[in-house]
Amino acid sequence: MYLVQFLILSSVLFCIGVYGVLARRNAVLVLMSIELILNAVNINLIAFGAFNGAAIPAEVFALFIIAVAAAEVGVGLALVLTIYRNSKNIDLHQVDLLKG
Amino acid sequence: MLAALLQQADFVRPDIDWHALAPELTLLAVGALVTLIDVVFLEKGRKISPTIAGLGLLTVLIPIITLAVDGVASNPRQAFAGSDVYVVDGYSLILKALFVLIGYMVVLMSTDYIGEGDYWESEYYGMLISSLLGMVVMASARDLITVFVALELLSIPAYLMATWRKRDIRSNEAGLKYYLNGVFASALMLYGMSLLFGVTGSTVLSEINAGLGDGTASKPIVSLGVVLVIVGFAFKVSAVPFHLWAPDTYEGSPTPVAAFLAVAAKSAGFVALMNLIFVGFWSQNEIYGPALWILAALSMTIGNLTALRQENLVRLMAYSGVAQAGFMLAALSVAGESLDVAQTSVSAVVTYLIIYAAMNLGAFSVILSVSRRTRTAHIRSFNGLFQWSPALAIIMTVFLASLAGIPPMGGWFAKFGVFSALIEADVWWAYVLATLAAVNTVIAFGYYGKLASRMWFEDAPTEFETTPIRLPFALQSALVITATATIAFGVYPGMITHFSDIDVPGVAAAVGG
Repeated sequence: MYLVQFLILSSVLFCIGVYGVLARRNAVLVLMSIELILNAVNINLIAFGAFNGAAIPAEVFALFIIAVAAAEVGVGLALVLTIYRNSKNIDLHQVDLLKG
Repeated sequence: MLAALLQQADFVRPDIDWHALAPELTLLAVGALVTLIDVVFLEKGRKISPTIAGLGLLTVLIPIITLAVDGVASNPRQAFAGSDVYVVDGYSLILKALFVLIGYMVVLMSTDYIGEGDYWESEYYGMLISSLLGMVVMASARDLITVFVALELLSIPAYLMATWRKRDIRSNEAGLKYYLNGVFASALMLYGMSLLFGVTGSTVLSEINAGLGDGTASKPIVSLGVVLVIVGFAFKVSAVPFHLWAPDTYEGSPTPVAAFLAVAAKSAGFVALMNLIFVGFWSQNEIYGPALWILAALSMTIGNLTALRQENLVRLMAYSGVAQAGFMLAALSVAGESLDVAQTSVSAVVTYLIIYAAMNLGAFSVILSVSRRTRTAHIRSFNGLFQWSPALAIIMTVFLASLAGIPPMGGWFAKFGVFSALIEADVWWAYVLATLAAVNTVIAFGYYGKLASRMWFEDAPTEFETTPIRLPFALQSALVITATATIAFGVYPGMITHFSDIDVPGVAAAVGG
């Protein structure tokens, strides 16, 4: 069983995702980076599930994550669109009216 | 692939205990009803939807009370026979009641306010109720998948509620910041959960505890998993250093939503943390203990010090909430020492959550009442409040005294519970934390006292009309209920301990430390 290879792939994806969330200024790219983290989680779950012989809970968990992530991105894109309508801009560094 | 899955599954539906699920089902029905009224009657439904939402939430208390009468506290029920994934016990029941009552108070605060400026009001109550459903489910969730779904069910409507004023760029920004932080936090939490699933091979918290407890699991992976899950919920409870979204989101979103996020969403985060610690990670005290200790120490200190220099009342309440979260985390950080300490700290945290809800909802109601007139939440708008609106000034003083922890208001008893848990733990780091908490209580006097003296001794500002403020009936009720509760809890704490003196949920009790 090639568990380690899957875990390396998922941890690389996870790191790229975290870097993207922290470093990117474009709101849509941040959303995409979050999707990368969620996909890393799914790879982890499926690999561990196959390795542990607990495939059913792993696959159910992964399906729930896919479904909820779709709902989340729907809301997220709606928020980005609202911001764009009001300020013609989705650069996160310029969304800074609230501070103190 | 599906056929292969079905072959493996050999699925038999477990017996469902419908009575145990009745509060959730009632809440679901109320939410559906409110949404349906909005869709069918459109503009005409706007008048009645807050009433229906409020009455519906009170209806949800009926199955909660029947479950309590049925003796759930001493005899926990499994919603699905033979599995530990969804348990209704005394602990989850009191928290469900708390969430429903918080929801009712937020409905009272939102009535006639959310719709101001031509925004939709009736959809808002549907969102509020689905978010509450997530919290009520969270109180019983004893499985990683259920915890995750409950977390998202309570968060996704909350993102939309924070952005409710969709033409106001500040509300947009509040929602976007909350959304990005929340989604990032739940992604980190999921990665931690996938690692924990990997080392234990189960998503049920009690089986995870068994898998972690036998010592065969790889320590580094377990540590990474537990820490990532705690970090995920630290965002939700806005603990330092994951608190940066909270002041911005509270300031930009409509004030009732800010109150909802500050009280209900934060309580839900604590409920999830308690479920995970006491049911899932109980044997891993050497990992979650220090992690929570650091979060508690940082939240109390940085929350209070930053609150000292806030000019906006909502931001001040946000940082005060960060500091209060630190107090609750302090009680949780020593919970793993022994079963007795766990018992004390569960009671302390639940008591704290109840009193915190009463006094914070009250303080937000006063801020809401005044800012309806002044259109700002700047601290200057409270100058001389006693001269032009004495009743509000007196009620706000009650809440401030409670937040600062002055007897006889409820806040002192909440803090007392935290200190007794820390002292019962009887280890040096608990005493360090207790000292830090005591110092922080004194720092907090600084900004609560400054606000109180502004209300009583400064001259009223001249920028706006200073005739007595007339409030809608719903808001008056919210103020009276929260003020009464705040005073009653402080004068007669037995009222709360009667409910909050509950058994530690799940296996922590069974394993016996």
